[in-house]
Amino acid sequence: MAESTTEHHNPHVEVPNEHIGIPGYLGVFALLVVGTILTYYVALMDLDWIFAGANTLVALGIAFTKMTFVMLFFMHVRWSPKLVWMAAVGAFFWLALMFAYTMQDYLTRGTGYFGH
Amino acid sequence: METVGAIEAGSYGTAKLNYLNNGSTLRSWLLTKDHKRIAIMYLISVSVFFLMGGLYAATIRLELLTPASDLLETGTYNKVFTQHGILMVFFFLIPSIPAVLGNFLIPIMIGAKDLALPRINLLSLYIYWIGGAITLWALMQGGVDTGWTFYTPYSTTFSNTYVLAVGVGIFINGFSSILTGVNFLVTIHTMRAPGMTWFRMPLFVWAHYAVSLIFVLGTPVVAITLLLVAIERVAHVGIFDPALGGDPILFQHMFWFYSHPAVYIMVLPGMGIVSELIANFARKRIFGYEFVAFSSIGLAVFGFLVWGHHMFVSGQSMYASLVFSFLTMVVAIPSAIKMFNWTATLYQGSISFDTPMLYGLAFMGLFLIGGFTGLYLGALGLNVHLTDTYFVIGHFHYVMVGGQVIAYLGGLHYWWPKMTGKMYSEFWGRVAAMLIFVGFNLTFFPQLILGYLGMPRRYAAYPPEMQVLNIFSSAGASVLGVGLTMPVFYFIHSLIKGKPAPDNPWLLPGLEWRTSSPPPTENFDKPPVVTWEIYDFGDENGLDLEAARREAATVNA
Repeated sequence: MAESTTEHHNPHVEVPNEHIGIPGYLGVFALLVVGTILTYYVALMDLDWIFAGANTLVALGIAFTKMTFVMLFFMHVRWSPKLVWMAAVGAFFWLALMFAYTMQDYLTRGTGYFGH
Repeated sequence: METVGAIEAGSYGTAKLNYLNNGSTLRSWLLTKDHKRIAIMYLISVSVFFLMGGLYAATIRLELLTPASDLLETGTYNKVFTQHGILMVFFFLIPSIPAVLGNFLIPIMIGAKDLALPRINLLSLYIYWIGGAITLWALMQGGVDTGWTFYTPYSTTFSNTYVLAVGVGIFINGFSSILTGVNFLVTIHTMRAPGMTWFRMPLFVWAHYAVSLIFVLGTPVVAITLLLVAIERVAHVGIFDPALGGDPILFQHMFWFYSHPAVYIMVLPGMGIVSELIANFARKRIFGYEFVAFSSIGLAVFGFLVWGHHMFVSGQSMYASLVFSFLTMVVAIPSAIKMFNWTATLYQGSISFDTPMLYGLAFMGLFLIGGFTGLYLGALGLNVHLTDTYFVIGHFHYVMVGGQVIAYLGGLHYWWPKMTGKMYSEFWGRVAAMLIFVGFNLTFFPQLILGYLGMPRRYAAYPPEMQVLNIFSSAGASVLGVGLTMPVFYFIHSLIKGKPAPDNPWLLPGLEWRTSSPPPTENFDKPPVVTWEIYDFGDENGLDLEAARREAATVNA
């Protein structure tokens, strides 16, 4: 297949290893449970003394960490070809674009040079 | 035009058994995994939705024939234009080219036996049917009156129509698009024939690669947005309604994050078709192939960064509006690259004016107007005057109908002999193309003027001094309607009494023209090996096209 397609991994062929095995998966699951409990307790605390909206940031941080574990281990991205890594990172980049361009509206409303 | 010897020499398909006669039971169609049969079922489905959307359009033009709101009461008018938009955008414009022509042709064009995920392909069709059925049920129950954009807080709080059911229908339908996009991406990455390098791929395939990226990255956002509308409507959770602590402009951000790129979902595949038509009917390698290919990717990427130009007067901050306005001007560049390169391809080309090429040339003119009027709307100051006027209606119909629909028709005529194995009447094809071009301009150019004069969109009544231009528009819609109906008749006639199509009726070098018409179920009798460059009309492509052309001319004479 000339030079173009030999570089590709066949997506239908699973790499014959057990990844992190059953104990490893249970460990990741336990981390996710801990993350969920942590989210609950953090929601009960008032973290505004750090800065306004710190609660949201902490909750999002925990959620992002949990999601990373799911993607890396449960979805096998850790053992996947670079193309899959690129797709995964690209999706987050796109999400970041949506948030960033939406926030450029919310954070610049009101009075000021560009305000109404 | 008969099959000629010079073409037969390079053929990869001579099968008597083809995808159409390989099983004739209903079950063989409904449970098929053949991308070509799925494409044909999509063709029938999107045509039904196009017909229904067209009937709503005809009703709108009838109402606007007179200044008073005398045919429909205003509430009904709201429902009619909403349902026109929903059916056309979500159930025709978005799926039509990728799901019909893309589905049928991408595997053949890259030398594959099928799409990479055939069952997923069939699933996408069933999801489309389920989403469509729910939406149609809701429309028959009483419909929805929010406009196809479902703006909040009207859609979440005030509208007493079937918003929820239609939202669910569109939500489900979105997964059909996502699955199609995933399937195309995997297929293009993993199933290309030996020798089919990235830069030997037809530009139609490049365009679908770009569209698939938008499908996968954008469609989930609109699905979630409609889900949030449903949650707010049912559970009164404050997301978009200010009374509950929400923000209605957040809806517009989320909706347009998908729905502006959706414009490129609709028009990019059309651009892919036009690239094929211009290169092949000018019989020249397209000027700046790599630039045209990457401009598709550029449109897909930059198309995601301009959504705020729909919100200049919505309360969005002036800073954000400035950024979005600037980026809107930037996104014109990839479109302009395509337009310039098509024009340069035509220069000194050996142009033939067959029916598909008429649509290709029409696209260039109409999309040019659609693109330029888009720049008017992207300019911050002028936008304030033109927002929510008929100028906007004229603009996006020049892009959607003048772009997507014209390209779809061009593609359908171009590949009809390959898809069905039958030739249609070239004479009636040309007549219909001319009627559509004239009818289209007569319908929508007056709307640009009406909008500039201040006629608002989505109103059933207007000042009497605007009637003349509205009569022009309604008269044009009649001509357009006749033109759009004609292909239904001559296509059906071709299936019954049409001449058998040769394998390569246009004498072209592409891979799809080297298999039989219609193709066998496996697409090729033997796996193709690509040794020639794309749009290669020289002697290196394994076909002596010029000899075939001369031979065909002699046979026809």
